[in-house]
Amino acid sequence: MPNDIVLSMRNISKSFPGVRALHDVDFTLNKGEIHALMGENGAGKSTLIKVLTGVYPKDAGQIHIEDCEKEASIKSPQDAQNLGISTVYQEITLCPNLTVAENMFIGRGNYRFVNWQTMRDKTREILEKLNIPARATQQLATCSLAVQQMVAIARAVDMECKVLILDEPTSSLDEREVGKLFTLMRELKSRGVGIIFITHFLEQVYEVCDRITVLRNGELIGAYDVKDLPRVQLISKMMGKELDDISQMHSKSPTGERSGNVHVLEAEGLSSVAATKAFDFKIDRGEVNGFTGLLGSGRSECVRAIFGADKVTGGKVLVNGKPVKIAKPKDAMKLGIGYLPEDRKQDGIVDELSVRENIILALQVMRGFFRPFSRSEAEKFADEYIKLLGIKTASSDTPIKSLSGGNQQKAILARWLLTKPQYLILDEPTRGIDVGTKVEIQKLVLQLAQDGVSVTFISSEIEEMLRTCSRLIVMRDREIVGELMQDDMTQAKIMHTIAGEAAQND
Amino acid sequence: MTKWLKKFQKSQLMIPLVALLLLIFFNMIRDIGFFSINITTNNDGNTVLSGNLISILNSASELAIIAIGMTLVTASSKGQDISVGAVAAIAGSVFVRVLKEHNITWPIILVAFLGGCVAAILCGAFNGALVAIFKIQPMIATLILLTAGRPIAYWINGGATPTVESPLLGYIGSFIPGIPIPTPILIVIAFAIIVSLVLRFTNLGLYTQAVGINEKSARLNGINAVGMKFLSFMMLGVCVSIAGCIGVSRMGLINHETILLDIEMDAILAVAIGGNALSGGKFSIAGSVMGAYIIQALTTTLYAMKVSSTAVKAYKAIVIIAIVVLGSPVVQRYLLILRDRLFPKTVKAEEKQAYGD
Repeated sequence: MPNDIVLSMRNISKSFPGVRALHDVDFTLNKGEIHALMGENGAGKSTLIKVLTGVYPKDAGQIHIEDCEKEASIKSPQDAQNLGISTVYQEITLCPNLTVAENMFIGRGNYRFVNWQTMRDKTREILEKLNIPARATQQLATCSLAVQQMVAIARAVDMECKVLILDEPTSSLDEREVGKLFTLMRELKSRGVGIIFITHFLEQVYEVCDRITVLRNGELIGAYDVKDLPRVQLISKMMGKELDDISQMHSKSPTGERSGNVHVLEAEGLSSVAATKAFDFKIDRGEVNGFTGLLGSGRSECVRAIFGADKVTGGKVLVNGKPVKIAKPKDAMKLGIGYLPEDRKQDGIVDELSVRENIILALQVMRGFFRPFSRSEAEKFADEYIKLLGIKTASSDTPIKSLSGGNQQKAILARWLLTKPQYLILDEPTRGIDVGTKVEIQKLVLQLAQDGVSVTFISSEIEEMLRTCSRLIVMRDREIVGELMQDDMTQAKIMHTIAGEAAQND
Repeated sequence: MTKWLKKFQKSQLMIPLVALLLLIFFNMIRDIGFFSINITTNNDGNTVLSGNLISILNSASELAIIAIGMTLVTASSKGQDISVGAVAAIAGSVFVRVLKEHNITWPIILVAFLGGCVAAILCGAFNGALVAIFKIQPMIATLILLTAGRPIAYWINGGATPTVESPLLGYIGSFIPGIPIPTPILIVIAFAIIVSLVLRFTNLGLYTQAVGINEKSARLNGINAVGMKFLSFMMLGVCVSIAGCIGVSRMGLINHETILLDIEMDAILAVAIGGNALSGGKFSIAGSVMGAYIIQALTTTLYAMKVSSTAVKAYKAIVIIAIVVLGSPVVQRYLLILRDRLFPKTVKAEEKQAYGD
């Protein structure tokens, strides 16, 4: 059925200095199909998309749109858009200082004059249709990350597209919003739009997709119907090896040693300017606990308060039983606390600096302004952790911005491991990274715990939390509403606690 | 060898070096005598070196020193300090005021210099506070002292343009007996060595770049971002006071209206020619210093060509446009494509397509 094909890419190749990002990759998308593009970090998914959308020029290969005989020439994102290819990238690429309506219409069509009123009315209509909780005249920056993402999708959808590319659209959405997005995707599908869906969430692939194309190391592994490719096979195809059974890990989850009554960290009535309710918190040596709750429930704010990332407004903190004052991140670092922030790009990496400089940064700061590491010392540290965590980089001198997301995250993780913390806070360490790396990070967390490091682990994926944590702190509306241990830690129980039903049973 | 060459091509120092070489080449064709260095005896009876090259190195001293400080401010605060000329007038005025009220001896000169230094550091702290604490854009924040600085300098010396005469000042402003090289050149060398030692033995470079690239991340790694910005402005203050004192020593007087006039623009240009992003982040001090000498070499060349001093600025502007456009990413990419077409063989070996575009 050649007539059903909306997009076909043949023998696409693309190289970067020192890296062959794509080699002879074929990709075919049918009308009215949701097609998952799967692969680990650095497999070439994003590069393929960027070639398709004209962000990168391709080195070789052809792209055909619909049944057009002529090769489509896509030299810029504008060309792609004119051909009906719309993209929503992993990172939000809208302008936060403009209004929602302006963001929806900016850079579309070749008009010289703008009718602001029509624009707003139209925007309002679209927002209503898609159930997006934003006002047309609202400044985008004042919307939550999730709403911003939805506006980006709405913008793409509204542009009469034939091919819609969703590059990790769900990584910052909570479950309810994901559901809404899927409804939207299915509707578009029924209208005949071909959707390329890139995600790291396997569940979502199996929930919504029809076909799967798997890439590995820049090469095509194959294209499969979803029903013909069970999960385990998909994962092993992505990784190129059999995945050890992750579910085994749960039983190993340590509960922490109860060494008397002294906790590694104990907070009482802690509150910060980020407006969470004052909360109590404690963690034992070698314990892994987690904060869970919907997006915006205050989980990040809690750990930020512990680390001193936001201004602390009250409360007592004891580290190893001794009262301490944590007013700024450096205080926390000196006490052996590490914090991997939620937003890797904004708060984590220093993008123009090299991988080496990014890795040694925290340890260097702890060592002091007047005692810089020599080049060879820094190189030794960086190389050690690049090897230990398997960070894929051309050298330790490469700017960190040219690494893939998962490898950037590993570098930030290396930064904190290098400081040899006694308590490590990981806020969404697995967001937007591939399955293989996710498992590696989870294993690392458990390994750390066995070595006596206490870890607080936050993730939007409840399965992941269940696998790694021995105690879950449940949050709702910026308040801790429950704590679950051992047998209570089931999906259902967590959901109930988040929803507020368990509170009555207590 | 080729590896070294490739590395160099990527380096931000390439543009300033090429510009400098072109200038030298141009002068070689124009008049080879431009490069002659003579040994003469000056009015004080010293045997000294003279010639265009010496004059370039000598006259660029103040600019080079200020460009060093400007580089740090640019890197950390993503903006420039446009009050440097005015603050130099303040520092110079304090320097002169102290000298005027005492018998000029070396200790007094040191005290006077320290006085000027303190004044300039205070100005830097003022700018730094506006930028780092109140988050005002650097150009707006420093506009205040750009406007108010020279009037303050006027007030320090009661409105006069006093002269200070002493052979000791001559030692600083022109030559030390027995040393044929102008003292300002020696001061620049000494200062550059100190700065590179500071960069080598502290984390100034790493912290400054981290703050300039990603302030939030720097803070979460325990770096005091506000403090680093503050520090960079105060260090610029030190640079400015040194430049101001050299300026005063050259002339033996302070004219608060004209001392180091318009140097802020040249300093910003020097930073830009040196390949540093004016939007902050990574920096190269060597690039900025080279930028300063390029600007001065250009001026001297134009004077040697008997261009009138009022027209010099226009010619300078043309050359600077050329340098800056040549260094822009758009032209750079175009040049790479052009080279790949001309020498298709090298394409595969280098693969220099836009990295992380």
